[in-house]
Amino acid sequence: MAEATLRIFRGDQGGGTMKDYRVPVAPGMVVLDALHHVQGHQAPDLGLRWNCKAGKCGSCSAEVNGRPRLTCKTRMDSLDLTQPVEVRPMKSFPVIKDLATDVSWNYQVNKKIPPFQPREGVEWKMQQHDVDRVQEFRKCIECFLCQNVCHVLRDHDKKAEFGGPRFFVRVAGLEMHPLDGADRIPLLKDALGIGYCNITKCCTEVCPEEIHITDNAIIPLKERVVDEYYDPVLKIVKKIFSAGR
Amino acid sequence: MAEAGLTQGGFGATARRDAWWLEMLPTIILIGGFSIYATARAFEGAHYLAGSYLSPFYSPLIDPDHKWWPLSPAVLILGFPLGFRVTCYYYRKAVYRSFLADPPACAVGEFWGKSYIGETRFPFILQNLHRYFLYGALVFLVFLWHDVWKALWFDDGFGIGLGTVIMAVNTSLLTLYAFSCHSLRHIIGGRLDCFGCAKAGLAQHKAWSLASLLNVNHMWFAWCSLVSVGATDFYIRLVATGAIKDLRIL
Ligand code: SF4
Ligand code: SF4
Ligand code: FES
Ligand code: FES
Repeated sequence: MAEATLRIFRGDQGGGTMKDYRVPVAPGMVVLDALHHVQGHQAPDLGLRWNCKAGKCGSCSAEVNGRPRLTCKTRMDSLDLTQPVEVRPMKSFPVIKDLATDVSWNYQVNKKIPPFQPREGVEWKMQQHDVDRVQEFRKCIECFLCQNVCHVLRDHDKKAEFGGPRFFVRVAGLEMHPLDGADRIPLLKDALGIGYCNITKCCTEVCPEEIHITDNAIIPLKERVVDEYYDPVLKIVKKIFSAGR
Repeated sequence: MAEAGLTQGGFGATARRDAWWLEMLPTIILIGGFSIYATARAFEGAHYLAGSYLSPFYSPLIDPDHKWWPLSPAVLILGFPLGFRVTCYYYRKAVYRSFLADPPACAVGEFWGKSYIGETRFPFILQNLHRYFLYGALVFLVFLWHDVWKALWFDDGFGIGLGTVIMAVNTSLLTLYAFSCHSLRHIIGGRLDCFGCAKAGLAQHKAWSLASLLNVNHMWFAWCSLVSVGATDFYIRLVATGAIKDLRIL
């Protein structure tokens, strides 16, 4: 049977080493299978998170050969097996152990976002063409790969000022909801710091659910922020119209 | 085996194995090359008219006889198309990545560190003015289509030359570029939360859907129209200087 070398980060936030493990490669095998083989046969103390093995729970995120990926959706035969396959934990979050990272910061951000609030006197009816747009955002599996790759968090460490792409997707799903009445635009501009995003699209490139994060969520939200804060002409037009009413 | 485990920060730091820096090159070459050519041509102030063909760098043509404006007429209008492209959401991505290395590629370290401001402060906060440049671009398109119309008329009446075709293709690409703009997509419908509840909501939904369809290809329209503007000007310059003769098709 063909074999491959898995080079896995072993350690925690304080530091660690890359360790090599030989694993047999079977047809259709994914990186998570290989990690499980290591855990089952050579390193029972290997720390990693997973749940569904079907690309749906968003738990198995890591960096394979430097690329943020779901390990359960990365086939071994898509990688160059003549070299060791390097598996590292997500760089933007503190390492708990080996490949398991502490992603709890994301849950703190999530708490800042007001949930769905129906418009006053809303009629509970929605047209399909009104929900099509927000359905894309509901596909998110919270794998946090987009948060991990986003340079605002990864390189500039703006965790205090910036919410990150996953939460722009969530806000987009709420703001564009046909029945929602809450206003999250001030939150977007200030607490979630959407202005830090320079639309360089790495989040879109890594999203396993293929959500068009930048084009369909972030840019439309940036345009809504412009409506509210950076378009003096629109402000005047709105004033004139509301005065005429 | 002992080796630095966690990917460190710093410019270019990455565990990626591919030639990530290759992604930057086409943008640097195309935008760099176009900027040099367009600047030289805009300041040249000559060879922009060849019969009924007018170079897109000089349209609309203002004060060509230098009655009140001493420099090249292109300099008067240059700011609009330039501002439109500079503040375009797609070019922002391309320039931030390739020229400012912010980031140079995904999951590759960079040098700006904590001082990063994104688009929250001057100068990049000005990118938020993109929609105003869009309005300007829509006006420019009217002039450019008018130029195409004029390029159908020769000394001996109606006709079509290779120049006419080049100008029509260029203006079509510019139209597709402007109509696939993210700001336009927002203004003509995207800003609504509920199409069904708005006045003329269905029409706005249709307009937004169409803009969304075009928007998927915004990057391609951005590049193709950039190349076509340069090529159209270059062709007209060749004809204007007499280096080549325009090919008359009809
Ligand atoms: S597009 Fe914005 S949110 Fe997405 S990775 Fe880039 S900077 Fe981060
Ligand atoms: S938006 Fe995509 S990449 Fe980000 S958390 Fe959701 S599924 Fe993962
Ligand atoms: S294990 Fe659930 S997404 Fe990979
Ligand atoms: S977003 Fe590119 S032209 Fe408006």
